Amino acid sequence: MIRIDKLNVHYGSAHVVRDVSLDIATGESFALVGESGSGKSTVLKALAGQIRDWSGTVDLGDVRLSPGKHPRELIRRVQMVFQDPYGSLHPRRTVDDHLDEPLQIHGLGDRDQRILSMLDAVGLARKFRFRLPHQLSGGQRQRVAIARALMLEPDILLLDEPTSALDVSVQAEILNLLKGLRAERGLTFLLVTHDLPVVSFLCDRLAVLKAGQIQEIAGVEQLRHRNLGSAYGRELVAAAEGVAAEQA
Amino acid sequence: MALLEVENLKVRFPSESGMVEVVKGVSFSLGQERLGIVGESGSGKSMTGRALLGLIPKPGVVTADRMQFDGIDLTRLNERAFRRLRGARLSMILQDPKFSLNPVMTIGEQIGEALAFHGRMSAREQKQRVLKMLEAVRITDPERVYRLYPHEVSGGMGQRVMIAMMAVLEPDLMIADEPTSALDVSVRGQVLEILDDLVQRTGMGLIMISHDLNMVARWCDRILVMFNGRVVETCAAGKLGEATHPYTRGLLASLPRLDETRQTLPVLDRQSLGGL
Ligand SMILES: Nc1ncnc2c1ncn2[C@@H]1O[C@H](COP(=O)(O)OP(=O)(O)OP(=O)(O)O)[C@@H](O)[C@H]1O
Ligand SMILES: Nc1ncnc2c1ncn2[C@@H]1O[C@H](COP(=O)(O)OP(=O)(O)OP(=O)(O)O)[C@@H](O)[C@H]1O
Ligand SMILES: [Mg+2]
Ligand SMILES: [Mg+2]
Repeated sequence: MIRIDKLNVHYGSAHVVRDVSLDIATGESFALVGESGSGKSTVLKALAGQIRDWSGTVDLGDVRLSPGKHPRELIRRVQMVFQDPYGSLHPRRTVDDHLDEPLQIHGLGDRDQRILSMLDAVGLARKFRFRLPHQLSGGQRQRVAIARALMLEPDILLLDEPTSALDVSVQAEILNLLKGLRAERGLTFLLVTHDLPVVSFLCDRLAVLKAGQIQEIAGVEQLRHRNLGSAYGRELVAAAEGVAAEQA
Repeated sequence: MALLEVENLKVRFPSESGMVEVVKGVSFSLGQERLGIVGESGSGKSMTGRALLGLIPKPGVVTADRMQFDGIDLTRLNERAFRRLRGARLSMILQDPKFSLNPVMTIGEQIGEALAFHGRMSAREQKQRVLKMLEAVRITDPERVYRLYPHEVSGGMGQRVMIAMMAVLEPDLMIADEPTSALDVSVRGQVLEILDDLVQRTGMGLIMISHDLNMVARWCDRILVMFNGRVVETCAAGKLGEATHPYTRGLLASLPRLDETRQTLPVLDRQSLGGL
């Protein structure tokens, strides 16, 4: 479903994504973990058509992407939840506007009902429906961004730290929701997170990124058994467990 | 005497159905220690922090029976007086750091400006100190990042820049709202060391708002648990596992584990907690 071959991204002279290749099956849930600043968000943004200059081959389903052009048909099928929900929400549009707009653009009916059931699904009380982004808490904004991405029932969901601003009980609700959608509708996830237990719960495989390069691709069983292969992968697991990191 | 004392702090916002209370009478005191605040999304953690710095947006209203910082009565300060306190004495790392940085100033200029708070230095010395600070927060290529604008850094780099800026100010009280949520576990540890160093070396008081239960349990001295505008439980950080309040128990239960194999995670029965 997502096929990336030798993706490279430069910002000026900084080479921030280096020969990244991934092959993610339909219905698979795949995690990108790794160092802060290692290029995880950049990979997702390239897939979402948010970056103009990149090189390599990227196929989403049967559509081949090219830099600078994002085929319209993909907008409905590929949705992204950005790392900074504040920045991706329009400051003068209400929650309702954010959820309604995609429905309008794509001519979907039953809008009122869809919005209400989506608010329920992400655990936002109805009183928030007509609030502006700055009138919400950080976690409430993050849930608006997740709700918006789900409105169009996409095939591929690109999630950048989707639960980092949520308390663990709300996080559990969102993770259960995502897992359920995947089982029901065969959704494909590419998820960026720093939270390794979230990967264990939701994902089948993970790629470990450092300085723009993939260090390893591992199955989730390896993570659960603390058995990652790369030095950096082991360092992350050790740090997550509060043990002094082994020196590479 | 405590560094900070808060009694019966309330924050209200007007709505169609009258005033709505989002912080409903919070009381706590803080010495030269690390206090963690955890709790439900929307429970009033950020509003509590912002109220202490006079940063509640209009038309919000703040009241308290007592809100005293180092002998200063915060309930009587006007905006001008708050502005003088903020930065050098009281500082806050806001929850969305990239949006609290100045979008038209480079990272280097912004940290440099914070440094200048402590007196003049040559341009060259200032730049050297900024680069050293970027290195301290584990930015791998400080020379490049020095010249970047906020929208050109990653989520976790933005958080580290913000921490670097606040740390050079060496305030007496720092409120850090989700300061490390976008950091990988390995960088996180080193950044927390910097905050810890300020607490140990300069006697700074630290309030750390976070959803990361393991992190606050390991890095703080004491923890407040908030639910629906109130503090529902206070405990020593090391004893979080023995917390008794049903909300706190619920939180601990819904935490996924590294060897997670459950098909669904337990969630809270919010109805039954609603009346608390
Ligand atoms: N518009 C831009 N201009 C210049 N450099 C950029 C730009 N956007 C990103 N970068 C650089 O690309 C690198 C990778 O950034 P990216 O946001 O992909 O990291 P990340 O892995 O998502 O990190 P984090 O976990 O901290 O969010 C960083 O060094 C960043 O400074
Ligand atoms: N301008 C506003 N008008 C009305 N209500 C507001 C406004 N700003 C925030 N609120 C409400 O105040 C409550 C407390 O918000 P606060 O930001 O303190 O939550 P929080 O505990 O920090 O949550 P999170 O963990 O999600 O960041 C929320 O329910 C929020 O919707
Ligand atoms: Mg990122
Ligand atoms: Mg908050």
